[in-house]
Amino acid sequence: MKILVCITHVPDTTSRISFTDNNTRFDTNGVQFIIGPYDDYALARAVELKEKMGATVTVLNVGGAETEPTIRKALAIGADDAIRVNAEPTDSFFVASQIAEHAKGFDLVLMGRESIDYNGGVVHAMVGEMLGVPSFSPVMKLDIEGTAVKMAREIEGGKEYLEASLPLVAGCQEPIAEWKIPNMRGIMSAKTKPLKVVEPKAVDKNVVVQKFELPAPKGAVKMIPADQMTDLVNRLKTEAKVL
Amino acid sequence: MSVLVFLESADGKVRKTSLEAVSYAVALGKPVTAIALGAVNAEELALAGKYGASKVLHASDERLNQPLVKAYASVIGKAMQDENAELLILANSSLGTPVAAKVAVKTGAAFVSNVVELPDTSSGFSVKRSIYTGKAFARVELKSGKKVLTLRKNAAELKEAGGQAEVKPYAVSLSEADFNAKITSTEKATGEVLLPEAEIVVSGGRGMKGPEHWGKLEELAHVLHAGTGCSKPVSDMGWRPHHEHVGQTGVKVAPQLYIAIGISGAIQHLAGVNSSKCIVVINKDPEAPFFKAADYGVVGDAFDVLPRLTEAIKAAK
Ligand SMILES: Cc1cc2nc3c(=O)[nH]c(=O)nc-3n(C[C@H](O)[C@H](O)[C@H](O)COP(=O)(O)OP(=O)(O)OC[C@H]3O[C@@H](n4cnc5c(N)ncnc54)[C@H](O)[C@@H]3O)c2cc1C
Ligand SMILES: Nc1ncnc2c1ncn2[C@@H]1O[C@H](COP(=O)(O)O)[C@@H](O)[C@H]1O
Repeated sequence: MKILVCITHVPDTTSRISFTDNNTRFDTNGVQFIIGPYDDYALARAVELKEKMGATVTVLNVGGAETEPTIRKALAIGADDAIRVNAEPTDSFFVASQIAEHAKGFDLVLMGRESIDYNGGVVHAMVGEMLGVPSFSPVMKLDIEGTAVKMAREIEGGKEYLEASLPLVAGCQEPIAEWKIPNMRGIMSAKTKPLKVVEPKAVDKNVVVQKFELPAPKGAVKMIPADQMTDLVNRLKTEAKVL
Repeated sequence: MSVLVFLESADGKVRKTSLEAVSYAVALGKPVTAIALGAVNAEELALAGKYGASKVLHASDERLNQPLVKAYASVIGKAMQDENAELLILANSSLGTPVAAKVAVKTGAAFVSNVVELPDTSSGFSVKRSIYTGKAFARVELKSGKKVLTLRKNAAELKEAGGQAEVKPYAVSLSEADFNAKITSTEKATGEVLLPEAEIVVSGGRGMKGPEHWGKLEELAHVLHAGTGCSKPVSDMGWRPHHEHVGQTGVKVAPQLYIAIGISGAIQHLAGVNSSKCIVVINKDPEAPFFKAADYGVVGDAFDVLPRLTEAIKAAK
């Protein structure tokens, strides 16, 4: 079985977000980058499947050269080889088009439920449509028997159990697998695993980011003594107007 | 030219977030057609008219009773063509978002998800979307004749327009290929307020000490008609179901009021709540980081403050 895992290279979840160049560019100053937390679940499940039933795991990232340490980390966790599509991931359609270009021939394409920078939550569905194969997200459980795939997907206020067959695309979230931490042997072997850099295919962009904005700063918190809950309720009614 | 809105439904009832999508579409000043799929109650279909849609298409084919993304995308993509709609609007959801993505690929439409407010049409067509898990926004321009948007909660105010819509049956032609998966069963929490739609959310963290204390929190939620949420460790430990976990890796909520009890306010938790209109934090530690993100703070023991707050709300009713 051939598994493709698509990973993002994103700011650590504790990062403060700011922009430069007149709010047109993300400020990477002092920011630590990680594999997207959901992509990490996808990768962990791929490695589990490889251990359980035998598979090759390829990771793919659409990004510039700066993402290579993140890709190497995925190789250290257990992927066999990697592809980097050398382009800035500007929008979901662009990224999905690049992924679809390389995803043919894979039995299973695993992604995260969403990227934590762009938060589209849509690349998996787009890739599924482009490849003409089913796609599901957010998948919390995924088991394979032959070509049959059994999944649990989170829906509003509950879960949906699904069956489909390979090939398919899944956007993953916990508790599909336990995050894996690379060990020494993994880190050493990752250095020599193949990482292929390819140029992007041309795509007409119909979505363009003009500028970024930060949310308006919060006003000061009003502290209410613990024995004044009637006062709090009054304020929620008349001051905040939310009750 | 018109705007098409997907009326998502569950158990025959139209989702409130879809009615918000109707309000969003109406605010653009173009004729609005809504489309509903599967079994939906007649009075629920009529709601679209009340919020300003001029026409409702109902594809009642039985095969659509199972909300399968592929089949839904086929029908809605076709309706977009039939209606000559330049714009398709859906609420962000586990069904709406992937349907939107597929329709966009099929029709070549420009697609933006996570839209938080009405578009700016002063020059071209641009929208504001949430990025970095609610920590920032991007203004994006859609440069195509056809467009698809999925909306975050509160992107538009729910507004009754007092109209009536003509409900028309919509015939579909579906093939085997549209059913590329089977939903074998669904598990749904019933009778509670759905977290992504809740106007008020009462959320508990590790400070609640254990699942046996959730009754107190649920009582407060009940008097407020609120949804219940929790922090990640709480769902990780199995005190509460996974779908209640709020934050960066969980549900992103945008209620009028978010009440956090015994939650420290880690940045990953805040990422899921910072679109709330008003935040109340109850924590026994005056240094808890959540107070910095709060509108109102109460320093105190949850087990003492919770019942007092519940009583005060009951008294105010
Ligand atoms: C990649 C990643 C993603 C994550 N995603 C999420 C996410 O989506 N959502 C999320 O919530 N977390 C997430 N986390 C975890 C997050 O970092 C915090 O660990 C978590 O939010 C803490 O939960 P908590 O506030 O319930 O617990 P704690 O941090 O233990 O805080 C408990 C709080 O309760 C207070 N308290 C204790 N007893 C009482 C009492 N009797 N009365 C009143 N107050 C009391 C304490 O003062 C304390 O502030 C993520 C972490 C990582 C690394
Ligand atoms: N630049 C990228 N390179 C590789 N995979 C990506 C990229 N962007 C998004 N993805 C994949 O698509 C998933 C959903 O992303 P999104 O639709 O942006 O929320 C992510 O979790 C990744 O698995």
